[in-house]
Amino acid sequence: MSFLRDEPLDLGRLVATVSAPERGAVVCFVGTVRDHHEGKSVLRLEYSAYQPMAEAECGRIVAEARNRWDATVALEHRTGVLEAGETSVAIAAAASHRTAAFAACRYVIEEVKRRVPIWKREHYTDGTVGWVDPTQARRRAVSQAAKDAPAGPTDAAGQDEWGV
Amino acid sequence: MTVSSNPTVTVRVLLFARYAEALGDSALTVTVSAPATLGSVLKAIRSRPGGELLPERPLCAVNLIQARLDSPIQAGDEIAVLPPLAGG
Repeated sequence: MSFLRDEPLDLGRLVATVSAPERGAVVCFVGTVRDHHEGKSVLRLEYSAYQPMAEAECGRIVAEARNRWDATVALEHRTGVLEAGETSVAIAAAASHRTAAFAACRYVIEEVKRRVPIWKREHYTDGTVGWVDPTQARRRAVSQAAKDAPAGPTDAAGQDEWGV
Repeated sequence: MTVSSNPTVTVRVLLFARYAEALGDSALTVTVSAPATLGSVLKAIRSRPGGELLPERPLCAVNLIQARLDSPIQAGDEIAVLPPLAGG
C-alpha cells in the first residue's frame, strides 16, 4: 500500500476503504493548499518527500492509531505540484464509536505533520519561491497550543530533535 | 599507514529540500574514521562547501528510522539529513 500519491486524492475512496457495518463512526480530515502564508499570497506548492521513509513512517503512524483506538485508518498524502485549494492530505478513521474515530483521526494528522519527511516549496504570486519552515511558527504557537489543544502524543523516539 | 590501524566507515548520505540546495547535491558519499557516529558524519558534511548552513542538531534518520546524533554508524548505512518537516 502506498501512502504517497502523485495524483488527486479521493476522500470517498478512503471512506469506502475503512467503512464496515461494525464501525459506526467515520471521521475525516482533509488538508488543502492555503493561498496565503505569513502575509504572502501563495499560488501553488511543490511537495517533495524522502519516499521510502515517508512510506514507512506513515505505516507506523497508522498502525499506532489502529492499536491505540481499535480504529481502521486510511491515509494518503500528495507529492508533486499542487495549486492553491487542492487537497494535500486526506485521512479517514473508522471505529465503533465517534470518540475513538475522532481521536484516531486527530492523532494521525498531528503525527504526519511531526514525523513524516515531506517538504513544501511555496511559489508566491510575486514570482518568488521559498521552503516552508513550520518550526518557527510552531515555537510561537507553543504556549497557545498548550492551552487549547488536547494532550499531544509523546514523540515515538523521545527526542528533542523530532517534533519541535 | 595501514588500513587496519586507521579503519574508516563509508556511508551514503541523502540530503533534501533546502539542505540539498545548500550542498549542491542530493546524495553524498562520506568517509569518516571508525568507530563512527551520526555526529561524526555530520561533522564531515559540515566541512564541505555549503555544509556550514546545516544547523547544529538537524533531524536525521538512519536506515529510515529517526536517529540521535550519538547513534553508531556502520558501513553501508543510509543516512538522511532532513530539513524541518512540512507535511500536511
